[in-house]
Amino acid sequence: MSQEVNLHEHAGAMTTHEVHHDEHHGHHHKETFITKYVFSQDHKMIAKQFLITGIVWAIIGGLFSVLFRLQLGFPNETFPWLENILGKWAAGGKIHPEFYYALTTMHGTVLVFFVLTAGLSGTFSNFLIPLQVGARDMASPFMNMLSYWFFFVASIVMISSLFVQTGPASGGWTVYPPLSALGDASEGSKIGMDLWLIAMALFVVNSLLGSLNYISTILNMRTKGMSMTRMPLTIWALFFTAVLGVLSFPVLLSGFILLLFDRHAGTSFYLSDIFLASTQKALPNEGGSAILYQHLFWFLGHPEVYIIILPTMGLVSDVMSANARKPIFGYMAMVGSMFAIAVLAFLVWAHHMFVTGLNPFLGAFFVLLTLLIAVPSAIKVFNWITTLWRGNLRFTPGMLFSIGFVSLFISGGLTGIFLGNSTLDIHLHDTYFVIAHFHIVMGVSAFFGMFAGLYHWFPKMYGRYMNNTMAYIHFWITLVGAYLIFWPMHYQGLAGVPRRYLDFSGWTSFNQFDGLNRFISIVTMMVFAVQLLFVFNFFYSIFKGRKVRTQNPWGATTLEWTTPINPGHGNWEGEIPEVHRWAYDYGKDGRDFIPQTEPISASESPESKH
Amino acid sequence: MGVEAMEQRKRIHPNKFTMWVAIASITMMFAGLTSAYIVKRSQPSWTSFEMPVIFWYSTGVMLLSSLAIHFSLRAFRERNRVKYRQLITLTAILGLVFVVLQWIGFKQIWATGIQFSGAGGGQFLYIIAGLHGLHVIGGVIALIILFFKAYSTRFRNYNPVPVEVMSTYWHFVDLLWIYLMVFFMLLQ
Ligand code: HEM
Ligand SMILES: [Cu+2]
Repeated sequence: MSQEVNLHEHAGAMTTHEVHHDEHHGHHHKETFITKYVFSQDHKMIAKQFLITGIVWAIIGGLFSVLFRLQLGFPNETFPWLENILGKWAAGGKIHPEFYYALTTMHGTVLVFFVLTAGLSGTFSNFLIPLQVGARDMASPFMNMLSYWFFFVASIVMISSLFVQTGPASGGWTVYPPLSALGDASEGSKIGMDLWLIAMALFVVNSLLGSLNYISTILNMRTKGMSMTRMPLTIWALFFTAVLGVLSFPVLLSGFILLLFDRHAGTSFYLSDIFLASTQKALPNEGGSAILYQHLFWFLGHPEVYIIILPTMGLVSDVMSANARKPIFGYMAMVGSMFAIAVLAFLVWAHHMFVTGLNPFLGAFFVLLTLLIAVPSAIKVFNWITTLWRGNLRFTPGMLFSIGFVSLFISGGLTGIFLGNSTLDIHLHDTYFVIAHFHIVMGVSAFFGMFAGLYHWFPKMYGRYMNNTMAYIHFWITLVGAYLIFWPMHYQGLAGVPRRYLDFSGWTSFNQFDGLNRFISIVTMMVFAVQLLFVFNFFYSIFKGRKVRTQNPWGATTLEWTTPINPGHGNWEGEIPEVHRWAYDYGKDGRDFIPQTEPISASESPESKH
Repeated sequence: MGVEAMEQRKRIHPNKFTMWVAIASITMMFAGLTSAYIVKRSQPSWTSFEMPVIFWYSTGVMLLSSLAIHFSLRAFRERNRVKYRQLITLTAILGLVFVVLQWIGFKQIWATGIQFSGAGGGQFLYIIAGLHGLHVIGGVIALIILFFKAYSTRFRNYNPVPVEVMSTYWHFVDLLWIYLMVFFMLLQ
C-alpha cells in the first residue's frame, strides 16, 4: 500500500501548493504533482477539490446577491464604481434590469447546484464515505475523478456564460419556458441560456457519476462488522441523498433536452400560441405545454431541496452527538425518517405548481402529501433536541453551527406548512414569503450544516485546526444576520410583495418597506463580509493552523479517527479495522466514549436498543 | 495504489452493482420522457404517426445481438477466447446495424412529413429513439474497448466482471428498446 503522509498542506487542485515535508516521511512512491493534486484518484483529494471549487463558487454566488441587494435596498441611488467593474451592465452606476435578472438567476443556480449540491455532497460524500465505512477508497476511484472533472468543466462553461455579450441566463433558476425557450424574448435567453443548459447537462453527469459511486461504496465496501445499522447517520444521509440524485437528475436532463429542441429545432414541447412583442411576430408553435416543463423540472426540483438538506442532517447528527457526549436519540427513527423523507420527496413536486392551473382536485392530494413531510421532519427535530437535552455540551464551532442548524430548520420548516396549503399558497406564491421560507430552511440551514461539518472534520482533512475566535465571530454574526435578513421577508411576503421585482418604488403600498429593504441590504453586506472571514480562516488554517497532535481530537467513536493524523491514499496503514458496535457509544458504563473498533466486553451493559 | 477490493466483504461485485444503479437512472430518464409523451398527448393539435416497418427489423437485430453477447459471455467463462472475440465483434456489428436501421427509419418518417415542426408525437419519437440510439452507440464503444483488451498480449485476464457488466448493459438497452416499441405502438 502506498502511503504518502504529507497530504495535509495543500489547497486542492486549483491554487498554488506549498508542500511542507515536515514530520514523518513515508516511503514515497513515484507520484507527480499532477497525479497527486490534479488528476488524483484519492477520494480525500477529490473531496478537497470539490470543496475548494465550491468555496470559489460560494463567493461568486454570494457576491451576486450583494449586488442585487444593492439595487433593492437603494433603488434611487447610483454607484459609479459599479460601472467600473461591471461595464455596460451598470451603465451610469445603476444595475441594468436585464443584469438584475441575470444576477438573481445565477445566484440561485450557483448556490443551489454548484455550492449546495456539488460543493456539499461532493465534499462530504467523498471525504467521509470511505473513511467512515472502512474502505480504502471509492468503488471506482476513476469514475470519482471523472465526476469532479465533469463538475469542473460545467463550472467553466457556466462561468464563461457570464462573459458573453448578451449576458448569462436570466429567467430565474428554474428557467421556465416560454421565456427560456425563445431567444428573442430576452437577452438572457440567447447564448447565455444555451451555455446554462450545457453547463447543467455536464453538471448532471457529474452528479450521476458521483452518486453511483457513493451508493455502491456504501452498500458493498463496508469493513468487517459494519452492518448497515452500525453506520453513522452521516452515511445514511449521504446514501439517501445519492439515491435521490440518481433517480431525479435524469428526469431533469430529459426536460432540458426537450427545451434544447424547442430552442433550436422548432419543436413545440413547451410552446403554444405565442405572440412575441419584441419581434411583433406570432410564432407557429402549437400544442406545447409550459406546464409540462414545470412537471419535469420540479420532479427533480423538489428532491433537489432534499439532496441539499439531507447530507447536512447527517453531518449535524454526528457532530451533535460527539459534542453532547451522548448517543444520538432515536437512531432508527432518524434512519426511518430520512427514508420517509426520501420517498415523500418524489411525491410532492406539484406543490410548486399550485397556481399554474393545476387541477385543484389533484392539488388536494399534493397538499396532503406535502404536509405529511412535516411528520418525519418533526421527528428529526425532536431527536436532535432530545440529544442535546442534559448532554455534556461542548460548544465547539461545529456544535454551535449544528444547534444553529436545528433552530433554522424549525423556523423555515414551519413556514413550509403555510405554503403547503394550496389555498394559502394562492396568496403567498411568488412572494417574499417563499423567499424567506426556502432561504431559512434550505439555504442558510444547509450552510450551517456544512459549516458544522467543515469545522468538525477540518482537522481530519488538513491535520490542523481552524481558528476558534474567528469561528465564533463567524457563527454569531451569521446566525443573527441570517434571521435579520430573512425574518422580515415573511412580513413583506404576507403583504404581497412579489419576488423577482427590480424596483418597487412605483408601488405606493410597498413604500412602507423602503427602510426595511435598506436594512436587509446592509445586513446582507455584513454577513457576506463575515463569510469572507471564514474563507480567510479556512485557507490560513490549511497552512498555519494549530497542528493536530492526537489521532482523535474530538474523542469521537467513528472510524475516520482511527486513521493516521494525515492518512495516505488507502487510509489505514495496516489492516482496515473491524467494527464491533454502533457509532454512538458515548457516556456508556461510565466511559466517555467507546470507539466502534473496540470489541464488546463481557462486563458491558447490553447494547442500547436503538 | 489499488483499492484492495479483496479485503472488503461483498455480496455482489461493486461494479456490477454500480451498473444496476446506472440502469435505474437511465430508466428514470426514459420514464420522464415517456410520461411527457403521455401528458402531451392530451394537448390540442396532437398528431400520431405510423411506425416504419424497418423498426421491426431493427428490433430483430437488437434481439440477435443480445443473443450474441449472451453466448460470448458463456464463451469467455469457458475460456474460449477465439469464440469470445468473434461473438463480441458480432454483437458490436449488430449494434451498429441497429443504429443504421434506426437512422433509415428516421429518414423514412421524416420524408412522410412528420418533422420537428408541429405538435405531434413524431418529435418525441426522434428524441426518445435517438437517445436510445446514443445509449447503443455508447455500448458499441465499450464493446470495442473490450475487444481490444481481449487482444492485449500483455495481460491474460480471466476476470469475467467487465464482460458480465457489459452484457447486463447490453440486455438492458435491448429491453429498453422493446419497451419503447410497445409504448409507441400502444399509444399511437
Ligand atoms: C415541512 C416541510 C416543507 C413544506 C410543507 C414545504 C412546502 C413548500 C411549498 C408549498 C413551496 C412552494 C411555495 C410557492 O412557490 O408558492 C415551497 C417552496 C420551496 N421550498 Fe419548501 N417546504 C418544506 C420544507 C422545505 C425544505 C426542507 C426545503 C429545503 C431543504 C425546502 C425548499 C424549498 C425551496 C427551495 C422552495 C422554493 C423554490 C422556488 O420557487 O424557487 N422546503 N416549499
Ligand atoms: Cu418542494
